[in-house]
Amino acid sequence: MNNKKLLEIGNLTVGFETDEGNFNAVDQVSFHINKGEVLGLVGESGCGKSVTALSIPKLLPMPPGRIINGRILFKGNDLLTLDSRKLKSIRGAEISMIFQEPASALSPLHRIGSQMVEAIRLHSNRSKKDAWNLAEDWIKRVGISDASERMYAYPHQISGGMRQRVMIAMALMTKPDLIIADEPTTALDVTIQLQIFELIKEMKYSDTSILLITHDMGVIWEMCDRVLVMYASRIVEEGTLIDIFSNPSHPYTIGLLKSIPKLGSRSKKLFAIPGSVPSPFNYPQGCHFTDRCPYAFDRCKKEKPLLEEFKNGHKAACFYVNP
Amino acid sequence: MKNNISHPLILEVDRLKTWFSVKRGILSKIVGYVRAVDGVSLNICQGETLGLVGESGCGKTTLGRTILGLEKAYDGNIFFMGKDLLSLKQKEFARLRSSIQVIFQDPMSSLNPRMNVLDIITEGLMRFRRGKKSKEQHAKELVNNVGLDNNSIYRYPHEFSGGQRQRINIARAISLKPDLIICDEPVSALDVSVQAQIINLLMDLKDQFHLSYLFISHDLSVIGNIADRIAVMYLGRIMEQGTARNIIEDPKHPYTKALINAVPKPGINTGRLNKRVVLKGEIPSPMAPPGGCRFHTRCQKCMDICKVNEPGKTMLGESDVWCHLYSSKRKVP
Repeated sequence: MNNKKLLEIGNLTVGFETDEGNFNAVDQVSFHINKGEVLGLVGESGCGKSVTALSIPKLLPMPPGRIINGRILFKGNDLLTLDSRKLKSIRGAEISMIFQEPASALSPLHRIGSQMVEAIRLHSNRSKKDAWNLAEDWIKRVGISDASERMYAYPHQISGGMRQRVMIAMALMTKPDLIIADEPTTALDVTIQLQIFELIKEMKYSDTSILLITHDMGVIWEMCDRVLVMYASRIVEEGTLIDIFSNPSHPYTIGLLKSIPKLGSRSKKLFAIPGSVPSPFNYPQGCHFTDRCPYAFDRCKKEKPLLEEFKNGHKAACFYVNP
Repeated sequence: MKNNISHPLILEVDRLKTWFSVKRGILSKIVGYVRAVDGVSLNICQGETLGLVGESGCGKTTLGRTILGLEKAYDGNIFFMGKDLLSLKQKEFARLRSSIQVIFQDPMSSLNPRMNVLDIITEGLMRFRRGKKSKEQHAKELVNNVGLDNNSIYRYPHEFSGGQRQRINIARAISLKPDLIICDEPVSALDVSVQAQIINLLMDLKDQFHLSYLFISHDLSVIGNIADRIAVMYLGRIMEQGTARNIIEDPKHPYTKALINAVPKPGINTGRLNKRVVLKGEIPSPMAPPGGCRFHTRCQKCMDICKVNEPGKTMLGESDVWCHLYSSKRKVP
């Protein structure tokens, strides 16, 4: 694998201004994606993973959102300082997105074919007919039968799995360098999920990078090379797939992995992390996981732990791991 | 619970059909039926958890709603405590129905945002005027049972997190001391770390109040962990039924095998995608289910007979399977 960095995010802090007050949904997050890599970003709802994803192509609605600090270097250019015209030419062409709910990501008023043609023609100067043929070709490639007829279908006329296939075709047909997939299979059944995984792996060019956002450790396991674990707006652990699954280090990652019910192992009681995720309006002062952590000591309550490497690229933000 | 013989049957569903009519035109002519539940038989013993698993659209939720009387059955029988729910008079049904409670998937939309917890969880108690304690006393006892503190009864649903809201739903469900609770995807909307808390709570309450559960879920890992027996549903029919251990460790039906195969198994070295069999195609429309075995359009072991004849029940040890692979007559007659 070519280890060149495609995307590098440094100290990204994203805030929200609401009637109840301001809070940071993403707090000093730094990470990078190499070329050809599938990077997983896993966390529970409200941890800021989707906000991180939306900030990259600047799709975050602002206001209420506001990027307070940080840089997002894509191929060496800071996306945060690019003008909107340049950004438009990158979005969809070099960075494309696959969203969770394909029904709301596609326009209900336009036929599948014309939506795809629009996207193609926005980023190339193909003729309408040429673009239509390319779109039809992609519909075939993502495994939809009767492609020529499906091109005339409206999104509501096809199933959820098929809509997600259309989304994947749209995301891939411009041959982007980076695909941001935000919970791409959450709305689908497991058997369809498996089909979609296989499709993404098969269709992806060897140097296409994917940022895969999910709450499901199972999805991470199936798809990713490297993993970021996010909790309450901060990244708490970073490592390779093997690091995270065979040697989880942050108490949150450990708890998260332990609390997944496993197929075939029946236990009297499931392991549960006590308590619940704190509200972003009153995060604990030091480490955000302090109140639920079995290892927490005094320092955790006062100081903020930084994401630090402790073993060959395996990083954790925890005083217990990095004293 | 291994031996079910000593425990009396609490619920018996017999060849139940729930069909929804599809109407067209200004005269609302019935042009067809969506056969959401199409001939399902199953039973639940006292103190047992029956897991009902299947993909979206297979009819598992409709089955639960029909048992609750929220949907009208088209055909078949539902016996609860020996009485046929479908032929009872309304008054008697209401009385009996209070012994069957439900927990829905979405903890927010199943709680009235304008009522406080006190009113929400004692609504049933007031309706049936049970017990001598005051409303507050009852409510405090209930919230303590589900792990919330006394003060929470004066608060409103929006002040709680998802997991806490599901606890309120559970408190309401146990308020009338039911015998059976139908749990329709009770943890699907929750985060993993909270999910385990709620599952543990449900299991504790089951022992404490001698409850039986019909636990409906699409998630085999959850079902496999808590159910005593599992029924696998596909397109309105049961495909396989048996003890949890048999279904998970030794599935017989090709559909059950495919479902178990599709569940990601993190941390198991052999489990990554490349070696797995991917189930082709999607679930067909329940308006026109395929003839013969309903699964034959996606089945890798499909034989000629599967396209023509509907398979009957084959008993294999502790499992019942509806598949021609295991039936004695495998040739087209």
